[in-house]
Amino acid sequence: MSGILILEQTLNGLQFGLMLFLLAAGLTLVFGIMDMINLAHGSLYMLGAFLAATLVQATGSFAAGVLLAIPATAVLGMLLEVSVLRTLYSRDHLSQVLATFALILIFNEAVRIVWGPDMPLPMPAALSGPVQLLPGMYYPAYRLLIIGVGAVVAALLYLLVARTRIGMLVRAGASNREMALAMGVNIRWLFTLLFGVGAGLCAVAGALLGPLLAVQVGMGENILILAFVVIVIGGIGSIRGALVGSLLVGIVDTIGRAFLPILFGLFFQPRVASAAGPAIASVLVYLLMAVVLYFKPQGLFPARG
Amino acid sequence: MRRAAPWVVLALALAFPLAMQAEHQTYYLSFASRIFVYALAATSLNLILGYGGMISFGHAAFVGTGAYVSSILLSEGVASAWIGWPAAIAASALAALAIGAVSLRTRGAYFIMITLAFAQMMFFLVNSMKAYGGDEGLSLRERASVGLGVDLGSDVAFYYTALTALAAGLYGLHRLARSRFGRVIQAIRENEERAEAIGFPVYRHKLACFVIAGAAAGLAGALLASHGKYVNPNVLHWTHSGTLMVMVILGGVGQLWGGVIGAAGLLGLEDLIANHRMEWLAAMFPNYQQHASLGVGIVLLAIVLFAPQGIAGLARGRRA
Amino acid sequence: MLELKGVSKRFGGVVATEEVTLEVSHGEVHALIGPNGAGKTTLIGQISGSLDNDSGTVLFEGADITRAKQHERVRAGLTRSYQITSIFKRLTVVDNLALAVQARSGSSFSFWRPVAVEAALFDEARAIAAEIGLSGRELAVAATLAHGEQRALEVGLALATRPRLVLLDEPMAGMGPEESESMIALLERVRARVTMLLVEHDMDAVFRLADRISVLVSGRVIATGAPAAIRAHPEVRKAYLGEDAGA
Repeated sequence: MSGILILEQTLNGLQFGLMLFLLAAGLTLVFGIMDMINLAHGSLYMLGAFLAATLVQATGSFAAGVLLAIPATAVLGMLLEVSVLRTLYSRDHLSQVLATFALILIFNEAVRIVWGPDMPLPMPAALSGPVQLLPGMYYPAYRLLIIGVGAVVAALLYLLVARTRIGMLVRAGASNREMALAMGVNIRWLFTLLFGVGAGLCAVAGALLGPLLAVQVGMGENILILAFVVIVIGGIGSIRGALVGSLLVGIVDTIGRAFLPILFGLFFQPRVASAAGPAIASVLVYLLMAVVLYFKPQGLFPARG
Repeated sequence: MRRAAPWVVLALALAFPLAMQAEHQTYYLSFASRIFVYALAATSLNLILGYGGMISFGHAAFVGTGAYVSSILLSEGVASAWIGWPAAIAASALAALAIGAVSLRTRGAYFIMITLAFAQMMFFLVNSMKAYGGDEGLSLRERASVGLGVDLGSDVAFYYTALTALAAGLYGLHRLARSRFGRVIQAIRENEERAEAIGFPVYRHKLACFVIAGAAAGLAGALLASHGKYVNPNVLHWTHSGTLMVMVILGGVGQLWGGVIGAAGLLGLEDLIANHRMEWLAAMFPNYQQHASLGVGIVLLAIVLFAPQGIAGLARGRRA
Repeated sequence: MLELKGVSKRFGGVVATEEVTLEVSHGEVHALIGPNGAGKTTLIGQISGSLDNDSGTVLFEGADITRAKQHERVRAGLTRSYQITSIFKRLTVVDNLALAVQARSGSSFSFWRPVAVEAALFDEARAIAAEIGLSGRELAVAATLAHGEQRALEVGLALATRPRLVLLDEPMAGMGPEESESMIALLERVRARVTMLLVEHDMDAVFRLADRISVLVSGRVIATGAPAAIRAHPEVRKAYLGEDAGA
């Protein structure tokens, strides 16, 4: 097990974690402020990826396609919020779960009808080669791009939430929903905007991860569950929690999958190791979630005390 | 009249195979058996969701655990259902105990997400079991054997077995709902804080409820696996949990027959769409049969948004 | 019977209760008064176990119950009622009370026998219904009761657990004069067998019922004593009763 391999896997974990953060951030704020369970968040991620794939084909440019997909998805997200999701804010959790579950079914089929079961989204040629980070260590340029974009967006989001008036309103809303709702109509449009931002973030993640994972119907569900795990670990309503949770989940999952089988191979017989290793690795993040919950049932940084 | 209804239904169900003509018998008996098994699974979810007010989005994990444990035993040569099915029940109960113990310490949105996550965890675990088919699933040569001169390979025999299991489950729920335990569970659903404040150990009751429901789901899973002689990880997928939830909602949350009505309704609808082409619908949407889930989604969304009486049992502005 | 030592709680940056030291003697009616937002409900929550303590100790009949769960405290004889009515709205009055009786009479991990056969349970529930003045309304669904009747049921639920000490959080909240009289009469009937810590705003009721009064202002106890002494206490007059404290 070389240091380079560990570094490489850590970077992979960082990359995945940052993308998870883009999803988790929007989700945790909607949960925290509106106390709404939105299972359809993964569908926005899927829409973002499909829109990006289409626009990349149409414009011939990866950058153009991705950049255009972001506002497109944001608009769709806002339309969804205004039309359907708003009426769910005042409903109980079961209704929210069922309604957004219905939305998943609808979105999956709708995408299948419009686009088909999948779409190609090739990596931009300029970035498909490796970059030398250290002597003897090469890392894919594209993944570095993802890390870079992810870090910049995370920083911008942090600044927005922690340093601006809008951000203050959002944070206040996350810790005291009644107060936020009592502040009236302007706040409602703020949340629509917030939802749009969340959708845009999903599009960034979907478009950037598209070349690495496939752009296909149903791609939203798996990552959605991971986003849930992130939020549960980090604490509902907390951006800081979402960031910490995402990085934790991203790194643990990636490093676990890479090294646990090897580790098991050191201690157990090959037959056991080859079966148990990958099995435990795939559920490592859930075990992590269970452990965190045991000590902190409300996550690491719950927005509400 | 209402008290007689269950007996009438039971009588009809008992007589059904005798009335079936030989040519259609296999198909309808098999279909009916499938409904019974899903009805049992949905009823077990109804206990947690409808009676207990716990919105668990991971119930498929317990159905799946039962299905896999009984299938693994069968594939390893343990043919007797008298070993396989209790093992399935015990395994599911254990899984419910473990998952419930952690999840029930949380509330509201956390609880829903956590049950979802743990169920998906079980899915991944099972998916990675290459020895038992992994993501391709596990085929069984035969159904489990109950001895007593009965061959479960026969559709009629399986039909009556599934019917017995369902009837037992419904009767059990009927007694449970009226028992001390049932009262506490329903009180907890009604006002959890006050239930604790008058001296009930709420967590313990919820956990017990969760385990009982998990056990019943495990039996349903074992039956499901034997019925189709096949099991694959999708039976644990969270969308399957969603399907069970939809069944309970459509059938009537917190109503004794909710699981039965919901299972019969949803599976019946599914069969209708897949196997009985409706020309008038095809005229508008030529490929409608392949996109059935779009219709299901729209109908479900419409029900939630516009006809909340369908979920009136739980949805009175209460938070989980 | 009940001793609080240095009990405190904060919510985020807000201090709700601070270093509260209080003592309730066996058999007394001890009133807890104070302006809105003084922390009275929070304190009730901390004593009953609905809320955790950040610091301090709660002793009940000599035993340290600071970390005990709420249902354990109820079993030990310490029950609360709620300022904002918290009953089982969709159940009938008698079913509401029967639940509380069930809680303290044996295990509820019984899965087969219908509760309906336990006549003793329902007899006692009906007796409590009579005691709280809801005899004619036993079969009424709780949600259909008038406000005063709901408050009576609210208190009845707490009393049905046969507590040794009951924590009453504004039992007369939102009641008119007639209803308040009934409640006062109920509490007078019951005081012989239950010690009470009574949070109330209705000063008439407080001075009629209380053996001793403690005053909570901004989360701290500023005075404790006999009603007459409290009435005359300068700080209390200033902080709470206002200029015309001769009420």
